[in-house]
Amino acid sequence: MTPAPLFRIQDLHVRLRHRGGERTLVREVSLSVRSGQSVGLVGESGSGKSVSIKAAMRLLPRGTRAEGRIAFDGGDVLTLGRRELARYRSREVALIHQDPRAHINPTRTVGAFLTEGVVHTGQMNRAEATERACALMADVGITDAARRLHQYPHQLSGGLLQRVMIVAALLPSPRLIFADEPTTALDVTVQSDVMAILLEQIRERQVSMLFVTHDLDLAAAVTDRLAVMYAGSIVETGPSAEISARPLHPYTAGLLQCRPSTAEVKRLTAIPGRPVAAHEAGTGCSFAPRCPFAVERCRAERPHDRSIEGRTVACHRVEEIADRLEERAS
Amino acid sequence: MTIPAHRDLVLDVRGLRKTFHSRNGGPREALRGIGFSIERGSCLAVVGESGSGKTTAARIVAGLESATSGTVVVTDGRAGGKTRHGVQMVFQDPYGSLDPRQAVGAGLHELLKIHGMRRRADRRTRVSELLESVGLDDRHAGRYPASLSGGQRQRVAIARALALNPALLILDEAVSALDVSVQAQVLNLLADIRERTRISYLFVSHDLGVVRQVSDTCIVLRNGRLIESGPTADVLDAPRQGYTRALVDAVPRPGWRPRRRPA
Ligand SMILES: Nc1ncnc2c1ncn2[C@@H]1O[C@H](COP(=O)(O)OP(=O)(O)O)[C@@H](O)[C@H]1O
Ligand SMILES: Nc1ncnc2c1ncn2[C@@H]1O[C@H](COP(=O)(O)OP(=O)(O)O)[C@@H](O)[C@H]1O
Ligand SMILES: [Mg+2]
Ligand SMILES: [Mg+2]
Repeated sequence: MTPAPLFRIQDLHVRLRHRGGERTLVREVSLSVRSGQSVGLVGESGSGKSVSIKAAMRLLPRGTRAEGRIAFDGGDVLTLGRRELARYRSREVALIHQDPRAHINPTRTVGAFLTEGVVHTGQMNRAEATERACALMADVGITDAARRLHQYPHQLSGGLLQRVMIVAALLPSPRLIFADEPTTALDVTVQSDVMAILLEQIRERQVSMLFVTHDLDLAAAVTDRLAVMYAGSIVETGPSAEISARPLHPYTAGLLQCRPSTAEVKRLTAIPGRPVAAHEAGTGCSFAPRCPFAVERCRAERPHDRSIEGRTVACHRVEEIADRLEERAS
Repeated sequence: MTIPAHRDLVLDVRGLRKTFHSRNGGPREALRGIGFSIERGSCLAVVGESGSGKTTAARIVAGLESATSGTVVVTDGRAGGKTRHGVQMVFQDPYGSLDPRQAVGAGLHELLKIHGMRRRADRRTRVSELLESVGLDDRHAGRYPASLSGGQRQRVAIARALALNPALLILDEAVSALDVSVQAQVLNLLADIRERTRISYLFVSHDLGVVRQVSDTCIVLRNGRLIESGPTADVLDAPRQGYTRALVDAVPRPGWRPRRRPA
């Protein structure tokens, strides 16, 4: 028997109070991250990736309600009391945002930002925290750590600031990092650098990661497993390399086909229409209106997860169409 | 570089320099003498890291910014059975370029009227034609920008730019903010429009996959200098400069691994 995963979401629904009623933001999401594992959560904008991460951190805005089960190391995250929650957020997990500038106080130095959390929770005293921050900064390739500690966020480039954020995330020695599009705002060359550093650090320390991105190729390259999200639900999960080589859900296949390649020119196979949010989806499969394989049943009835070839795929027709989804060229 | 006389250039830029003078930071050389040209009907891509000067170059060509020195020559001409003149520009954020209080169709009518299309019936035909050319239809004419999706708003921005029959259409990161499934639609649309009308594009993008799909030639900017140029396929398949190679190598693709930059 395999041990229970470090982190597990089961049947998560997130709903928002809206004009006297409720609006679904996330529907029936289940995923797990094992110790030392990296899992990618991939989807287009509005698919519910950030809301899922916020639910997992218990950071959902007012008016939203999370239902289902979120377990960390066997404990139920959704029912944690105030003190346990503070401990969970400050020591067990860490969050790296897409836009570091929006999440750092511009009037405080990098040093103050890095050390105040661990000092406040009593995990380290200030001297220890500063020493440890300097060591971590060296690990992530920030050469002049001592000088950087006295600088302000605006004096750092985007790539450098995101490396500071990685240091901030690692400092309390968390067991799981949630990374919500950590490199989306960066140039590709800087993205490559920052991702390499992040991977190196979490592997060395056996930290698990839930990596959120809209870029399937990026996610496949840096994670062990993928969960592909559409309209608030996960449509396909499985080993990253297998999903990117042979997608089984028509949405995953479509995402891979519409990505322009740097190596060849071909007319892109676009997915018609636009991505929808969970509350806009109809009664059937939420991808049906855009799916070239949709039949009557797809429009009428929500597909349940089916197990096939070691994957979980929410598609009524997966067995029939698996061989027709064009395999990835190259 | 000497240009053979038989080439029909829609754009010829030489020795372009731009120095910004900001109050606190001192002078900033955004462009340090760059030159490039676009043949009529073709698409030139401008690539480079952020801050390399792509937008500055595009804005100067569009006449939205003045150059510190250098020349920009736009030559009007016939393409696709129409006389095309001047330059139009489409930006990354279509919100900023559309009036939120004006319905899409009314906005196009107004634009055509300002530019001398007097008869209402003519304008009505042209508005339908324009909407159709960007994959929208008359049902969208009554909609306001806020009720359109990002992809639809960008199509409207393209329709507005095309309304004036420009010789050159500048697209500055025009598909960068779109979801990949919608981005593919807009890229196909831009390819179709160019094939049909032989309009020319100046296409600014940091995404080399996108650049490969849409452009014939490209220039690579670094810190305001042009460091490499040529047919897009040659530049991306066999880059001569380490900087260009690094840009190409950093694009995630199957089998790719992120790499630390050499210190
Ligand atoms: N605070 C909020 N109030 C209302 N709707 C929200 C809020 N946050 C997110 N949503 C909606 O929830 C859906 C999922 O959003 P999100 O998780 O941010 O998507 P993404 O996958 O791009 O991260 C979207 O339709 C979004 O508009
Ligand atoms: N209005 C401005 N005032 C001062 N500096 C500017 C201005 N616009 C651009 N710059 C500077 O010029 C350089 C090139 O910028 P830009 O053309 O926007 O680059 P890109 O589009 O390649 O990201 C950058 O260093 C930028 O900070
Ligand atoms: Mg998000
Ligand atoms: Mg720019």
